Amino acid sequence: MAIRARLKDLAAMEDKFVSGHGLCPGCGIPLMLRMVLRATEHPLIAVNATGCLEVCSSGFPYTAWKVPWMHNAFENAGATAAGVEAAYKALKRRGKLPGGDKKIKIVAFGGDGGTYDIGLQSLSGAMERGHDIVYICYDNQSYANTGGQRSGATPFGASATTSPAGSKIPGKLQWRKNLTEIMAAHGIYAAQASVSHWKDLFQKAQKAIEIDGPAFINVLIPCPTEWKTKIEDGVQLAKIAVESKVWPLYEVENGKYKINYYPKKEVDVTEWLKPQGRFSHMFKPGNEWMIEEYRKKVLEEWDRLVRLTKV
Amino acid sequence: MATKRVLNGNAAIAEAIRQINPDVVAAYPITPSTAIVEYIAKFVSDGLMTTEFVTPESEHSAMSMCVGASAAGARVFTATASQGLALMFEILYIASSLRLPIVAGIANRALSAPINIHGDHSDVMGVRDSGWIQIHSENSQEAYDNVIQAFRIGEHKDVSTPVLVTMDGFILSHAIQDMFVEEDEKVKAFVGEREPLYTLLDVENPITIGPIDFTDYYFEHKRSQFVGIENAPKVILEVAEEFKKEFGREYGFFELYKMDDAEVAIVVLGSTAGTAKVVVDELRSKGKKVGLMKLRVYRPFPAKEVADVLSNLKAVAVLDRAASPGGVGGPLFTDVRASLYEYTNKPILVDYIYGLGGRDIAPHHIAEVYDRLEKIAATGERGELLSYINLRE
Repeated sequence: MAIRARLKDLAAMEDKFVSGHGLCPGCGIPLMLRMVLRATEHPLIAVNATGCLEVCSSGFPYTAWKVPWMHNAFENAGATAAGVEAAYKALKRRGKLPGGDKKIKIVAFGGDGGTYDIGLQSLSGAMERGHDIVYICYDNQSYANTGGQRSGATPFGASATTSPAGSKIPGKLQWRKNLTEIMAAHGIYAAQASVSHWKDLFQKAQKAIEIDGPAFINVLIPCPTEWKTKIEDGVQLAKIAVESKVWPLYEVENGKYKINYYPKKEVDVTEWLKPQGRFSHMFKPGNEWMIEEYRKKVLEEWDRLVRLTKV
Repeated sequence: MATKRVLNGNAAIAEAIRQINPDVVAAYPITPSTAIVEYIAKFVSDGLMTTEFVTPESEHSAMSMCVGASAAGARVFTATASQGLALMFEILYIASSLRLPIVAGIANRALSAPINIHGDHSDVMGVRDSGWIQIHSENSQEAYDNVIQAFRIGEHKDVSTPVLVTMDGFILSHAIQDMFVEEDEKVKAFVGEREPLYTLLDVENPITIGPIDFTDYYFEHKRSQFVGIENAPKVILEVAEEFKKEFGREYGFFELYKMDDAEVAIVVLGSTAGTAKVVVDELRSKGKKVGLMKLRVYRPFPAKEVADVLSNLKAVAVLDRAASPGGVGGPLFTDVRASLYEYTNKPILVDYIYGLGGRDIAPHHIAEVYDRLEKIAATGERGELLSYINLRE
């Protein structure tokens, strides 16, 4: 029986990711984890790429995880999860699972560095081969673990330590990679979610885990530390990202695109950009073009996405 | 009854894997080890193996999968060579540091650049400090026998360390030789089942594998990781003893060929030992006191055992099929030389680099080495520490 997406029920469930971790105040990762780890009744095995979550949740001799957990390296969470899955399949088939036959699901977690960039090949290979794994990218839009360097997920205009806004170059000049669509192009279940929309995230996690085969979810994770925002603003900013169409909530299933949430009123991208210190230079005189570019691209992408849902 | 077969090294290793039927094989094709993976794919496709066979998109992912699968308690095999092994480098250290048994079959091949597909030991010497047990083979028979023993060694509870079984690319991987293939059931019984101490799949008893250590624990954990390979020598000999009892072929850390009264000797790894034996026979027929040490287990390095044998000789040449640019000779040479340091009686040592990129080494090249060793023994004059065999300079 599927678990109902009711806060009352979810609150009564056991936390499988518990306090004592060292993630920054205001970090969105634990919010995402508490939803995902509740989304199934089957036992889960977590595989973690090197990154914020791994470093902050596993400092020996402690762990914040109450499920079997494994970290291998930075760029290979996809392959590592695939290896665990291959072992599970083989041992299940041979009747050698510890404690007898049971259904176990394997979920890999990686940040945007470990997923968009250095781990993309490993992830693509695992998805192409059809392993029964779920890969969740916690996308906080920079290499936050190492102090906020640009990644393939860092938005246009953002100042990062390796794309700093200077007097000549106003931050990162490239658009972010569209990872969710890259994953959808593998013909798998691929979805985009945000910690601000817990129910949508929970249901997507539930679906991804239930699918007998590969699935991918890209979750927007507010990072007050590297976004240079107030700690308490994180979830609100994630919500504004959805409302302003910067981060649409959608899913691709059997090749069909579906937008899960249509913003009800116009929210301008400046509401997303303004509170974040990493975009502050965009509001300086002479840089108005950056905001215009940003707005134009966001709306173009939204329109393209809407068109895709009609294909 | 064992069957007499004519197999190349790749087929011999694949045959052992068919019989062992591991839980997971994850491997990426690369010349000259490709055929190992192809044979296994065909065995699985024809229902001769029930292994979960996966074909990752790179060697890096192949080794990453092996680590994941071994952490989940599976018996795991992979095969690679050269650039593939180099690409695995990062994860080889993780495999051994997490004390995960994995067996890797290697068909040695030169490292780029220039790109070259032929045999030398640069690839395996590049990973000598990765914490993997490293076993060399002289021929197809040994490659087959070594793979069978490797699972027993690596998965032994006191060892729990990955093992690399290597043979010379093309020279062994692609050359057919007479050999014995043992009965399937006997091999299966010899290898037995893997019994992991901990596994990720034991969901009732969750464990953490690969957490972060800071300065307060890293050093202790690193030190304790070495215990497995330190325990390996005893287990290697026990497994060899059992193997001999079951299948009749004898193995140890090394093979000594006509060493009893030898005054000079060559130390070598892999297929070149076969060529050297022919030369030793020829020189022995002329009354020369020459011998050969063919090292089988390169890591852990059997320092005392090697030195005990060599210390009473007058002159020894180490043949290295890999270079260590800027070092004090090839990797095998530095190990042999260091092993002898404490001994009062020790031979004069010289090093030869040979066979890089598959360059031939012929009996007459080896005869020249023995010739020089005899001169050194007679005069006490060493000459150059490092020389190159069959190189145009």
